[in-house]
Amino acid sequence: MFDDRSPIYRQIAERIKAEVMSGALKGDEQVMSTNQYAAHYRINPATAAKAFQQLVDEGVLYKKRGIGMFVSPDARERLRAKRRESFFADVVDPMVAEAKATGIPLRDIIRRIEELEGT
Amino acid sequence: MRIEVEDLVLRYGDVTALDGITLTLEEGKIYGLLGRNGSGKTSLLSVLAAFRRHTAGRVRVDGRPVFENPQVTSRISLIRDVGETVDIGTGEDVLYFAEELRPNWDGDYARALMDMFQINPKQTVKNMSKGQRSAMGIIVGLASRAPLTMFDESYLGLDAPARQLFYDQLLADYMAHPRTIIMSTHLIEEVSALFEEVVIIHRGRVVAHEERDALLAKGVSVTGPAAQVDSFTAGMRVLGSRSLGPTKSAMVYGELDDAQRRKAADAGLELGPIAMQDLFIHLTAEDGAAV
Repeated sequence: MFDDRSPIYRQIAERIKAEVMSGALKGDEQVMSTNQYAAHYRINPATAAKAFQQLVDEGVLYKKRGIGMFVSPDARERLRAKRRESFFADVVDPMVAEAKATGIPLRDIIRRIEELEGT
Repeated sequence: MRIEVEDLVLRYGDVTALDGITLTLEEGKIYGLLGRNGSGKTSLLSVLAAFRRHTAGRVRVDGRPVFENPQVTSRISLIRDVGETVDIGTGEDVLYFAEELRPNWDGDYARALMDMFQINPKQTVKNMSKGQRSAMGIIVGLASRAPLTMFDESYLGLDAPARQLFYDQLLADYMAHPRTIIMSTHLIEEVSALFEEVVIIHRGRVVAHEERDALLAKGVSVTGPAAQVDSFTAGMRVLGSRSLGPTKSAMVYGELDDAQRRKAADAGLELGPIAMQDLFIHLTAEDGAAV
């Protein structure tokens, strides 16, 4: 299930973030409990709790005492803004580097982008 | 239950099984106890369960000594590989005796587990297969709900689906009834995600005691041209290395900071994780020095 490249709790946090980004989890919606996550992924509940804590620290989730964890109303927008910030560094720059290494002229890439924009 | 062990020594004749163990285990966590054959795992668990009297040092469970202290030992359950149930009679008899001995016994849960593991309660334990006897031990260990529950290689003879059932039940019952659990195992990759903390012992001494994630974060593989790998890892604790042509891969123990990670990237070195089992192998290598 997990690839061991990063700690399990970080992978769980990433998965929850992806669900928020895609809209599968909506603002003020309750997420599964630590114990449900632990049983599902067969991990120690303290590990699952770490993932939740990370998301609370990042403002993606909030805690209602005695009830559980909920998605922050602005979580999706917050995550999108963060992705926009790092989009060029994470996606475009490596693509340009790869194109240069492979010998693809940048104008070919631009043409491709314009084609996709038109579809 | 909280466990405090200080300078614990256990000798059998002139064999030293435990050679100065100091360890504090907090209440309510699942601990993995890892060690090679003969490293002292079973000796340590036997002292904690008061099956053996230690030679020197201090052992306290919830602040009290354990040896010949039935008020404490009735709350401690140690399940050994084949279980101590072999001579008792049928599976049903085992459950009956456990109910007498264990203040928190849950008979309904025990019978449900018998069904899940497909154990016939009328069958004599002596005539059961190794796997069925292991399952019997696991059933007693789980349904006892002892505040300190220890499983010493309790999976021997169990096939993969039965082991999965054991891990799932252990996790579910632990979450429903939190308690201190210690599991010794050689199947490290299979269970390590269940552990909150890991204790590694070697030759009767503790060589590592860390949160599972923290231990994993301490192991880093450094791969690249041999000369660069050597200069990058100079002064670090290198657990082992392998070479393939001009490429070398070294396993380093100790966390790398951001500056070191950048330095590695600039030198064209690839950093990667080390699996728990590989860390274990290197931390318990015969020439490996204690941390």
